[in-house]
Amino acid sequence: MKPDRSLTALVAVLAVILAATPFLPGWAMFLLRVSLCYGTVVLGMMLLMRTGVVSFGHGLYYCLGAYAAGLLDVHFKVADMAVMLVAAVAVTLATSAVLGLLLRKYRDIFFAMLSLAFSMILYGLLVKTSALGSSDGFNVSAKTLFGVTVAGTEYGRHATFIVTVVVAFLCALGMRAYLRSHTGRLAEAIRDNELRVEYMGASVRNVIHVNYMISAALAGLGGALAAVGIGHIDPEMAYWTTSGEFVFIGILAGTGSVLAPFLGALIFETIRSFAYEYSPNTWQMALGITMLLVIMFLPGGLWSLFGKLRRKAA
Amino acid sequence: MGQLLAVVIDGLIYSSWLFIIAVGLTLIYGVMKILNIAHGSLYALGAYSAASLAGYWLDQGYAPLGSYAAMVAAAVLVGLVAGPVIERGLLRFMYGKDEIVLVLVTYAVFLILEDMIKLVWGVDPLFLAQPYGMLGSFTVGNLTYPVYNLVLFGAAVGVGLLLTWVLTRTRKGKMLVAVIHDREMASAVGINVGMVYFVTFTVGAMLGAFGGALTAPMISVQPGIGAETIVLAFAVVVIGGLGSLPGAALAAVLVGLVRAAAVHYQPELDLFAIYFVMAAVLIMRPKGLFSLQEARKI
Amino acid sequence: MALKTPHALRLLAALLCAASIAVPSTAMAQDKPIRIGLVTFLSGPAAGPFGVPAKIAAEAIVESLNAGKAPAPYATRGFGGIPVELSIIDEAGGATKQVSEFRNLVERQNVDFVIGYIGSGDCLAVAPVAEELKKLTVLFDCGTPRVFEDASYKYVFRTRSHATMDAVAGALYLLDVKPGMKNYAGINQNYAYGQDSWTDFTAVMSTLRPKVEVTTSQMPKFGAGQYGPEISALLQSGSDVIHSSLWGGDLEAFMLQATPRNLFASSQLILVAGEPYLHRLPGNIPDGTIIGARGPNGAYAPKSALKDWLVQIYKARGEVEPNYPAYSVAMAFLGLKAAFEKAKAKSGADTEAVIKAMEHSTFDSPSGKVMMKLGKGHQAVTGTAYGVTRTVDGRITLTNVKYYPVEQIQPPEGQKSLDWIKDGMKPGKW
Repeated sequence: MKPDRSLTALVAVLAVILAATPFLPGWAMFLLRVSLCYGTVVLGMMLLMRTGVVSFGHGLYYCLGAYAAGLLDVHFKVADMAVMLVAAVAVTLATSAVLGLLLRKYRDIFFAMLSLAFSMILYGLLVKTSALGSSDGFNVSAKTLFGVTVAGTEYGRHATFIVTVVVAFLCALGMRAYLRSHTGRLAEAIRDNELRVEYMGASVRNVIHVNYMISAALAGLGGALAAVGIGHIDPEMAYWTTSGEFVFIGILAGTGSVLAPFLGALIFETIRSFAYEYSPNTWQMALGITMLLVIMFLPGGLWSLFGKLRRKAA
Repeated sequence: MGQLLAVVIDGLIYSSWLFIIAVGLTLIYGVMKILNIAHGSLYALGAYSAASLAGYWLDQGYAPLGSYAAMVAAAVLVGLVAGPVIERGLLRFMYGKDEIVLVLVTYAVFLILEDMIKLVWGVDPLFLAQPYGMLGSFTVGNLTYPVYNLVLFGAAVGVGLLLTWVLTRTRKGKMLVAVIHDREMASAVGINVGMVYFVTFTVGAMLGAFGGALTAPMISVQPGIGAETIVLAFAVVVIGGLGSLPGAALAAVLVGLVRAAAVHYQPELDLFAIYFVMAAVLIMRPKGLFSLQEARKI
Repeated sequence: MALKTPHALRLLAALLCAASIAVPSTAMAQDKPIRIGLVTFLSGPAAGPFGVPAKIAAEAIVESLNAGKAPAPYATRGFGGIPVELSIIDEAGGATKQVSEFRNLVERQNVDFVIGYIGSGDCLAVAPVAEELKKLTVLFDCGTPRVFEDASYKYVFRTRSHATMDAVAGALYLLDVKPGMKNYAGINQNYAYGQDSWTDFTAVMSTLRPKVEVTTSQMPKFGAGQYGPEISALLQSGSDVIHSSLWGGDLEAFMLQATPRNLFASSQLILVAGEPYLHRLPGNIPDGTIIGARGPNGAYAPKSALKDWLVQIYKARGEVEPNYPAYSVAMAFLGLKAAFEKAKAKSGADTEAVIKAMEHSTFDSPSGKVMMKLGKGHQAVTGTAYGVTRTVDGRITLTNVKYYPVEQIQPPEGQKSLDWIKDGMKPGKW
């Protein structure tokens, strides 16, 4: 990875999106927005994957973040988007700090399964809670942004969108810096061989714990952004199929770059949405086939395409 | 009758069902290290085929008892067709990939099969109620149970014993166990690992379909049944220790009893029962109740 | 199954074929047809009992309307002479995806109106978005009263009554049939609709008969499929009555497993959403079961030319009798058509005018008269009916049918359902 190029690419993407915002049709803006939310979650998944563990229960944090934001609105009458995002991060960090104590001892499929069990327990709890609308969930809206009213205004839709873009950008930037830091670089070393990392004097469990918390916070952030963007939250966000989608996007994207998760999410959402439109009866099949094609022909994820192109050009 | 007795009977019946739907999954994982989500579709295919075949049998007015044979035949047929097609046509190109990637591969197969089932059978449910009530019922205290529940119990015990016997007492089974423990070593001593995988997946598929076929008479066979079942089967297999046959049996009994107890004493908790058991067991025994010792590789 | 090598190509081809069949056939195009987005379950457990019957009915209705073959007052071709075409979307996938798909329908496919949504969660999620996009949206089948009790909308309508009346009328009917009942049990799915049904029903019962006791409330997981322990618990509870809002495969599985165990020999069963399954369960619904159809739909629909029309066009496509979701979707199309034509005759059929015409309107449907009286003229009310089953020549029929007028079973404007029930269900001013 050439350091300057990835930074340039990130800034360029940010600039393009921001410049295009006023001209985007509503559906495209929404598609982009959902992709950015998913991408933020998958960014955390990518960190975990680089560390060699995969969570089949990240819906837990996605959902927790969304409900943290939603409950602020409904129960505490605080509906400032900035506060919502901070709350989501705080709640998910605290939860993952505790659960991480357990999960850091697990690897492979067992890590995946225990995290799945936790997310399904949250799902069950929420479905059980009639006061929060049970499986129907409830509507959420950010009424202000740093104190300025945005609810129900035309510029509000754009303002919250731009916040989403900027937050996603900052997350990507932060992740890029983290991956270059000492702890960040340990991630891949752990995936390759834990024992060696231990022999070198680093604590594998601590690194996994920290990375797990980072990925949880990103999932929470993604959940809160999604709650505000979509305007509705429900326990489905913690269901295993949601978590499965994150894993799928992670694999689809590949772990090559911090831009990959966002690109992967955008492509996934686009395919899904057009499959819904053009083959309403067989969209699952369309998704399944895409999945197989990517796994078979692009084992390194979509991002590996870029690598191939670059190598050809060189 | 005491409520406790009811809990035990209900729990054991439910356990039998759980074991039947989970046993194929654990077999495939044990040998091939593939957590096969498509197991849910195989279950659904088994249920649909059994409902069609046995339904046809009954409609023709043949001997009603023959419908049980038709159900089993349907399961065998599904296994013999779908197993080889999925394994030879797709999975064998994927061996050696990461376990998580393999989960996604089977998830993709699951999605494709879900829609295929819909294209073949439509969305209207199929019914095969007759075999459920045909054998009459028995009474324990003041509770009536269809004899079919005993069939379920017998089938679970039978499948469990048969598989155990094959694995521990026959040459082929021992070869399988060798592959489970060390694929490379087994290959080095001349075991045809590809063949073992092929046979295992086919048998696993057959067991998945068998679970569906046996369930068909008690449910409405309709889209989505696979998705509901696979999560349960997963939980049982994970609790028991992935790949362990006795583990799956014990886990099925545990989950069955816990759920029956929840329903009888605290119906509110039924929703979480299985995930609580799963989280609790994994926290205490990270690899499930029974797990194979793994060689430490540096 | 065509999963052989090269399986991917084969499947892709199969997919393309399927896709081309799935694209709705466009109506004869004279001037620009009216595009209606139809959102209904095409996959998952709700597809068989609700989603697909609604889709079949919608397609049959659109075809018949475009041909001008519907009876009065809907005999005009299409909507006011303009043909109608459908753009169909699967409702599966949860509220998040439905919000995306709603935006796509409106902003990418440019539909003129949206008719859709069976899941209550989807209705709640989509309503504010419809408002934001200023797109007239008719919710046709979801039941939760929360849609218009917790918020008010300008662009959103619901052409069927909300679910409160199912519990109220059900309890009234039950007490008629079994006045001496001492206790009851419930078995409902553990998700919003199941919980709400049970909460409403227990509230109504404790208002009407405070002394009647609840023995046990079973709450199996949605899609559980296996009900052995629940049936044992119900048997042991020795209840006079069993209340259930189970539907679809869950209801069918429960009936198949409970009937051989003689659960209903000692307990009276009431199924508040039992209607869509009758033709499928002969032999497994005991005679005397109380059945609701969530409104005067299906067998409860009063005789009329419109009902005959719906039954005839539906049977031509679906072979069986239309069930209540088919009636619900008919209400949505006919209500919208009536408003559209009224607006067109007056001032031109732009969205604002259609909304004006639809608010507080009254229109005829195969289920009888529908009045848009709640939610500031956006929420329909109808009476409802209950009856009991009787098997005649291997077919399940409904007898002893009783009709309940609107004021007896629905809270008036401005009152929340649960408060109204707890307040003693006083008939409001209508």
